[in-house]
Amino acid sequence: MSEDNQGILWEVFLQPKPGRPFKHVGSLHAYDKKMAMTSARDLYTRRGEGKGIWLVKSQDIVSSHPEDGEAFFDPSNDKVYRHPTFYSIPDGVKHI
Amino acid sequence: MNHNLFNYCLQLGDTSLILSHRIAEYCSKAPHLEEDLAITNVGLDLLGQAESFLKYAAEIKNDGTNEDDLAYRRKEKDFKSIHLSEIPNFDFAFIITRQFLIDAYNSLLFSKLSESNDETISGIAKKSIKEIRYHLQRSKEWIIRLGQGTNESNKRIQNAIDELWMYTNELFYDSESEIELSKEGTATLSSALEKEWRNITSRTILEAGLSVPENIHYSLQYGKDGIHTEHLGYLLAEMQHLPLLYPDAKW
Repeated sequence: MSEDNQGILWEVFLQPKPGRPFKHVGSLHAYDKKMAMTSARDLYTRRGEGKGIWLVKSQDIVSSHPEDGEAFFDPSNDKVYRHPTFYSIPDGVKHI
Repeated sequence: MNHNLFNYCLQLGDTSLILSHRIAEYCSKAPHLEEDLAITNVGLDLLGQAESFLKYAAEIKNDGTNEDDLAYRRKEKDFKSIHLSEIPNFDFAFIITRQFLIDAYNSLLFSKLSESNDETISGIAKKSIKEIRYHLQRSKEWIIRLGQGTNESNKRIQNAIDELWMYTNELFYDSESEIELSKEGTATLSSALEKEWRNITSRTILEAGLSVPENIHYSLQYGKDGIHTEHLGYLLAEMQHLPLLYPDAKW
């Protein structure tokens, strides 16, 4: 097998338990969906890290570009009023 | 001492131990990193199963022997591993085929053993069956992937199936301890698993676009009786080397 024939690159997301969000944990190479799933199980869940796995082909992820950073993200820096910190929360309200 | 139960535990433990060692030999040599880790995981599961059975065998023997003594200080003729587990890692196709044939067998055997009237055996079987179902899923997918892959992968996986098929008869050979223990509901007869095993393996082999070997000259002597392939002696020499050289070594 040649070095450049490792298969497709997949991104792996794990859910620690039902109801919780999936988090990105890493990536792997595999030739097909089934192989990607078994490899994800063997690589990333050996120590009980997850109860659910999502796989996405890396090439299918639409990503922002670091060079767009200034135009994309900097304008929000000076708009503190967008944070909901100017309201007083009644004492009885919890989990906010 | 219950000789039949002792021998039966060795039979179950030795096959897992020897196959586990074969997989350990392959560590760092798989086609890519992901597969290397995955197959080594399978080997570690098998080692855990072997440890449980050999520990129980040592308990039955009850003379101070422990599971390490049984693994590392027994002679070849005292091992009861099946021949298929002893076959060397000729290439990836052999490794996957050997695994698939044994996984299919173990999935049937261990699901029967989960109902054993011996609590230790049923306990080990219930824990192991989850691991084994996963092993079977993995090895089955590889058979299909290689069969439906390139001309080369198809040729090599078919070759491995053809070469290894002669050892499959032993899977369904009832050893003396099995026959005695199955009368009491402790063991299960290997011969009773044959039909379902042929169904499972043929279905996958056909799905992979491969053919099930016919008119095979099966091996006539069996590991379950302590008669082994020429490969086991070399494997044991390596596996047992360190504990024999440094009997009191601790790690």
